[in-house]
Amino acid sequence: MSKVQTMSLPTPQPLAQASGTRAVWRRLGRHLPHYALLSLLAVITVYPFWWTLVTALSTTGDIYRFPPPLWPQDPSLDNFIEVFNTIKLITFYKTSVLIAAATVVGTLVICSLAAYPLARMEFAGKRIVFGAIIATMILPAEINFLVNFITIAKFNLVDTIAGVVLPNLAGAVGIFLMKQAFEAVPGDLIDAARIDGANEWQIYWQIMLPLAKPALGALTILTMVSAWNQYIWPSVVMTNPDNFPLSVGVQYLSSAFSSKTRVVAAGAVLTILPMLIVFLFTQRFFLRGFDGAVK
Amino acid sequence: MAHARNRTLTAYLFLAPALALLLVFSFWPVGFGSYIAFTKYNLIDAPVWVGLENFRDLFSEELFTVSLKNSALYLLVVPVIQVLAILLAVLVNNQLPGIKLFRVAYYVPVVTAVSVVGIIWNFMYSADGGALTVALNHTLQFLHLIDQPIGILTDDRVALFAVMFVTIWRGLGWYMVLYLAGLQSIPADVYEAALLDGANAWQRFWRITVPLLSPTILLCSLMSMLAAVKAFEEVQIMTDGGPSQSTYTVLFYAYKFGIQELKFGRALAASLVMSVVCIALAWLNFRYLQPKNK
Repeated sequence: MSKVQTMSLPTPQPLAQASGTRAVWRRLGRHLPHYALLSLLAVITVYPFWWTLVTALSTTGDIYRFPPPLWPQDPSLDNFIEVFNTIKLITFYKTSVLIAAATVVGTLVICSLAAYPLARMEFAGKRIVFGAIIATMILPAEINFLVNFITIAKFNLVDTIAGVVLPNLAGAVGIFLMKQAFEAVPGDLIDAARIDGANEWQIYWQIMLPLAKPALGALTILTMVSAWNQYIWPSVVMTNPDNFPLSVGVQYLSSAFSSKTRVVAAGAVLTILPMLIVFLFTQRFFLRGFDGAVK
Repeated sequence: MAHARNRTLTAYLFLAPALALLLVFSFWPVGFGSYIAFTKYNLIDAPVWVGLENFRDLFSEELFTVSLKNSALYLLVVPVIQVLAILLAVLVNNQLPGIKLFRVAYYVPVVTAVSVVGIIWNFMYSADGGALTVALNHTLQFLHLIDQPIGILTDDRVALFAVMFVTIWRGLGWYMVLYLAGLQSIPADVYEAALLDGANAWQRFWRITVPLLSPTILLCSLMSMLAAVKAFEEVQIMTDGGPSQSTYTVLFYAYKFGIQELKFGRALAASLVMSVVCIALAWLNFRYLQPKNK
């Protein structure tokens, strides 16, 4: 499919401009139905976001006018400022950042540590351990949250960041991703290091981790976005509204101040914005389909 | 000998933090949760063994029956989401100018917190005149199916389907990416050969794309099935089980009884029923549908 579009013939200089443009237009014209369908589907996925942004930026007019306005009416940032006056947005932001940072650091450390022996060492029980880790992917994780809540309560971790973060650190996907990265490191390097007298820790720390930077980067981005966006678990662990992360705080804003539609819309925009920016800059990590990680 | 034992010890030192966390937060819940399902437990007093009482209560209660039925209905999401995701993947599997922009646009709902998704769709569904409410009412009145305008999330005939639509909307991009990876692993020369043989686009899709994509289709369908029967975050955010408890799903039921009423015995009995369903779905899938030679 891709080959058809990539060929373009070299044309004589003076004509290049005109016929080049015309060729582009002809190509676009041929694909017009394709683009029409793509655009229609894009409207379905993007329009609700656009409506929310327009509502948050507008200050006048009927909110639920039909057909809805496509551009903000009397745009201003008043609704966004009002969010700060309505809920403790700064506190929510801080909590979200702390949860995301702790989850990322913890996941990188714990998953890479666990992945190293699974990838590069022979030891008794290796197959059983790996099987058990893979088995957690089939275990019904969403069902665990009830017992995990009991556990967190017994450890006195209710309303703490540790309570939100701890159950999410040792993920099978993270361990699997790091294991694959470590397996790709050439064996000669490790043999050479062993001959030079390096111990396992030195091999892990000085050879493996630096060479696995791309995988560590991918794991960082994926973990950060899912930690920022998680909703039900932090809403269970955090009972005091002062401790809410943004994803929970925005729901609190929406249920406690539902009459202030524009302010709720502004709160929704402020919640997505950081991850939307992260996503736009790192979209290749998401749109590549995790390469082999899922297979 | 001593050397091997030493190496094993080192390996387990590396594994210790991960294994400890998995033990506490992944394996312990399965065992302890199954035990609690046969007890009365409220977090404060010690669990009291009651045998099958929680299960008898569940199946004699109408609300749980409704929840089960809704979780089963939720499976309707699976074919819709898979067909649309394959369509999206085929549409974006090329190098047309601007195609990356479309891929990004389809994926944005996936990287949006579910709470924000719920809020945004509550706007769309708003009974005060949300865009979809108005559009739906116009259509239904035009077709003479209703006399009075209905509220999408306040009418117990449509509320669950409205929530299911949101599940489809926010999951599409995720499956699109998995299918895109599947499509890109199909060798180009297969298509070239088909073109030489005079196969048209329709034949190429049904004779080449679909068969070669079938491992991805099966994997995605299983993931989607398990996600569908477990759906409850959207319900919690958008309807809180209403109107008149018509949008309860099994895990929402478990959430309500466990986290909000601290009746952990009943909640975990409901969860256990769901685990059995999930295991059965996975088993059926692997037994009858997955390719044998892998």
